[in-house]
Amino acid sequence: MRTPLPLFVAVLLLLSGCQTVPKDALSLTPESLAERQIQTRKYATTDEARILAACAALLQDMGFNLDESETRLGVISASKMRSAVSAGQITAAILLALLGAPMPTDKEQKMRASVVTRPVGEHGEYMAVRVTFQRIVWNTQGHITTSESLTDPKIYQEFFGKLSKSMFLEAQEI
Amino acid sequence: MKTRVAAIVIVVSLSVAGCATTQQRLFDSDSSQMQLRSIQTRAFDTKDKEKTLRTVISTLQDLGFVIDKADATLGTVSATKLNNYAVRITVTVRPRGETRLLVRANAQYNIEPVTEPESYQQFFVALEKAMFLTAHQAD
Repeated sequence: MRTPLPLFVAVLLLLSGCQTVPKDALSLTPESLAERQIQTRKYATTDEARILAACAALLQDMGFNLDESETRLGVISASKMRSAVSAGQITAAILLALLGAPMPTDKEQKMRASVVTRPVGEHGEYMAVRVTFQRIVWNTQGHITTSESLTDPKIYQEFFGKLSKSMFLEAQEI
Repeated sequence: MKTRVAAIVIVVSLSVAGCATTQQRLFDSDSSQMQLRSIQTRAFDTKDKEKTLRTVISTLQDLGFVIDKADATLGTVSATKLNNYAVRITVTVRPRGETRLLVRANAQYNIEPVTEPESYQQFFVALEKAMFLTAHQAD
């Protein structure tokens, strides 16, 4: 039998061909604006350093360690490692193991946060604060199972609720 | 028989062709550097480096990136986007002549460098909108 050479080569080329970046990875999507609104509040102050300090303190309250900061640009980035074990997954894994099909489960996760402040308003009389969270999850075999941005609006509501309290300032939607 | 030998030779040469040396990987020397630089760079008619950096940062946030680090003196910002893939980008801002700033971005997608002009074009379109300025092709 003759080897179907062209097909073989085509498959091989496909496999060796490098992955290319998704089309929307570097472009604005229809959701971009909504996400910005969820992740941003403005405060009636011009004191950027004070807001940054309050954000740093809040991140510490949340158990984050600060990785980097640049006050001149209003940037703080922070991260923490936490468990990613979930009861549901463990139950499923036990059931599968009983059936003779062991399954790795999520083990730990790195949670990352970055806070960016910038003056807004006609005369820069407000400070906008935008926080973004993301996480990477590893399973018991050390493979990454999830890497995502956290987009649940409740997360951001809680963050800004706490920030407002610590600053004694009302958070306003942008 | 001959076909089979030919097939094996092609397979081996293709798989070997995929293997770059560490030095080639380190310098990414398979890509044309001058061409890549022009794809990754635009000039803006402004002198305000700090404001440009702040706009770069908020544009990256709009694009779904989390900011890793920023340095106003060096004029650099690095950020990561996670969406079941990982894109890491570094953007630098530096003066060009008396009236312009050069903005350069370089990105990697998982473990591959991003070399497609479209991706950088999209980034600069988003940045232009936020800057309220036109991005010029840097000469």
